[in-house]
Amino acid sequence: MISRRTFLRASAVSAAALASGTRAALADNAPGITDTEIKIGQTMPYSGPASAYGVIGKADVAYFKMINEAGGINGRKINLISLDDGYSPPKAVEQIRRLVEQDQVAFIFNSLGTPSNYAIRPYLTENKVPQLFVATGAAMWSDPKNFPWTIGWQPNYQTEAHIFGKNIIATTPNAKIGVLYQNDAFGKDYLIGVKDGLGADHAGMVVKEASYEVSEPTVDSQIVSLQDSGADTLLIAATPKFAAQAIRKTFDIGWTPVRYMTDVSQSIAAVMKPAGLEKSKGVITAVYGKDPSDARWRDDAGFKEYAAFIAKYMTPADLIDSNAVYGFGTAATMVQVLRQCGADLSRENIMRQAANIKDLELPMLLPGAKINTSPDNFSPIRQMQLATFNGESWSAFGDLLQG
Amino acid sequence: MTPMTIVSREPAALPAKPILGLDARLWRRAAWALLAITALGLPFVASGYHLFQFSQVLIYAIALIGLNLLTGYNGQISLGHGAFFAIGGYTTAILVTKLGVPYWATLPVAGAICFVAGFLFGLPALRLGGLYLALATFALAVATPQLLNYKGFDAWTGGSQGLLLSKPYAPFALPLSPDQWLYFFCLACAALFFWAAANLVRGRIGRAIVAIRDHPIAAETMGVNISFYKAMCFGVSALYAGVAGALAAIVVGFVSPDSFGLFLSLSFLVGIVVGGLASIWGVLFGALFIEFIPNYADQLSDLFGESAKALPGAIYGVLLIGLMYVMPGGVAGALRSAPRLFSRLFSRAKHG
Repeated sequence: MISRRTFLRASAVSAAALASGTRAALADNAPGITDTEIKIGQTMPYSGPASAYGVIGKADVAYFKMINEAGGINGRKINLISLDDGYSPPKAVEQIRRLVEQDQVAFIFNSLGTPSNYAIRPYLTENKVPQLFVATGAAMWSDPKNFPWTIGWQPNYQTEAHIFGKNIIATTPNAKIGVLYQNDAFGKDYLIGVKDGLGADHAGMVVKEASYEVSEPTVDSQIVSLQDSGADTLLIAATPKFAAQAIRKTFDIGWTPVRYMTDVSQSIAAVMKPAGLEKSKGVITAVYGKDPSDARWRDDAGFKEYAAFIAKYMTPADLIDSNAVYGFGTAATMVQVLRQCGADLSRENIMRQAANIKDLELPMLLPGAKINTSPDNFSPIRQMQLATFNGESWSAFGDLLQG
Repeated sequence: MTPMTIVSREPAALPAKPILGLDARLWRRAAWALLAITALGLPFVASGYHLFQFSQVLIYAIALIGLNLLTGYNGQISLGHGAFFAIGGYTTAILVTKLGVPYWATLPVAGAICFVAGFLFGLPALRLGGLYLALATFALAVATPQLLNYKGFDAWTGGSQGLLLSKPYAPFALPLSPDQWLYFFCLACAALFFWAAANLVRGRIGRAIVAIRDHPIAAETMGVNISFYKAMCFGVSALYAGVAGALAAIVVGFVSPDSFGLFLSLSFLVGIVVGGLASIWGVLFGALFIEFIPNYADQLSDLFGESAKALPGAIYGVLLIGLMYVMPGGVAGALRSAPRLFSRLFSRAKHG
């Protein structure tokens, strides 16, 4: 049992702790910032079903190591504590609380997964901890009014679908569109984006929507019903396995619609080859970065910079891993924001600078694509280029498009 | 007539030999006092983050008692208790977010729903023994996250995105932070459920449950209604898991299909084996294991350099194998034999 005195003493101690916590928050710099260090944190699925994404975390850590070896940022070394959450939202909540309360990190950077980021957002918002460049493509991260401490990075699914919608109107204004989508946040974002891109006047162009569950073995029946609807344009908002099935099935049943496919599934090894390279010819997608396996970048200065980074700080197998490209890009964006902060490394200023990126170009972004943010624009990458599959690789065409 | 003849493997058979001049009963009483002081004093020394972790330990402990009643005492293997944990969690989340029910009032509902679900699942499971039951429950664990993701239920379950719950504050203007309050809330629930389970296994029903595990034919001859007890045991076990899931939803403030993956169900099984099968108090150690060991595995893997981030799973496995090698009967088994070991050591020292 606790005596009254112990209880009082304990409450006095916790009150003092609270008071000192408030003082720290009023101080200039965020917790985790010293004269020699910028301590930041993230959670990554190093174990569990999504562990392939762990490469992103490794690339982040490696990139900061490279920056630190070159002297860091204004003499401060970046120390990224990257913790495993096994792609479990409860574990992510626990690890984020550890990072903020025990490790006292300045902010959270590039944590992965839509459900996990959704679960930790209320806590980070309440405690005014920046949640920067979340590694998910959902559209909900771009909501500065309600969630001023959370910002995305990659083009969100709506942006991309928006670009497709606009392109359909520009090239085939009388198209009849069929949409195949995965029944989850990703697929539904896509559907919203397409309709948004078409605009209210053209909403009737979507003649059929067919959804599938991740647990279904194939999407063959959905493809057949989409063909029956009389659609001449097919939009594939599917993850790799199902995208491959959709591409193959349309070819096999002799249906030849214009096929648009999400960039989620543009991997040649995981989608186009299983679907059949011949059968995949003519598929259109949107890209925002350079594909490291694409021969046309071999002499590109940006790609060389990336390859040099991989050679020195990662393993050779990571070179053609799109996740390594991703981490390389987010970490570089982060470094830019920290440089912009100058001497003021308060959480408020870090967030202000994250929302104040002007025309940042990255080595592995498409030539001409720029990252821009502002207090009302929390979608850093909005430019993409359409590309068509020529049976061997993607060849980009047309101008950079803004979603 | 009750099956009094069945020998129980309960710790009631502790040796009454004195150790260090103290009676075993005194030792146990001292351990109890220490546990109570630690549990009640913790919120005043630990940080919010650690309280969150210990709240989760208590929650896991409740789920583990449930599974131990079923697997440890009754001998029915379940690989699917994560499913009942999920049902409990979603019951609470839906009641709180969609119907505005206060969070504490959702616990009995979650428990009741899971009891019925468990009882109904237990009926057909009666025909399945051993590995076949393990497979059936495994299917339950695999199916549940996908069912929760089913678009027909989206309006209620929030689909793959899940549901957010706001953090409850301490009632009656108690001077406690939300973390402290939730910890005490979980502690009270855990104490209640430990007490109930300890009473259950010590009494007539507990002996019947154990009898069914050890010798079903003998139990039936003694007048034990096997099918009723087995289904009932499944129901009660699911109730425990459901209440734990409900508490988890409140403490974490979030549920989604990804929160209740297959690994959760397997962790529960790991928890009761590590803690000690057929031990009520052992589950505390099991809960500590499944909460903390994955974190330590992650930290240990850092020692192997930055490129070794793929190791947490492997280190977890090695730790688990090591522990099972050192303590084949789980922590409870080791503690049970500790007094005997000690008294043997001391008496040898005296004679030597």
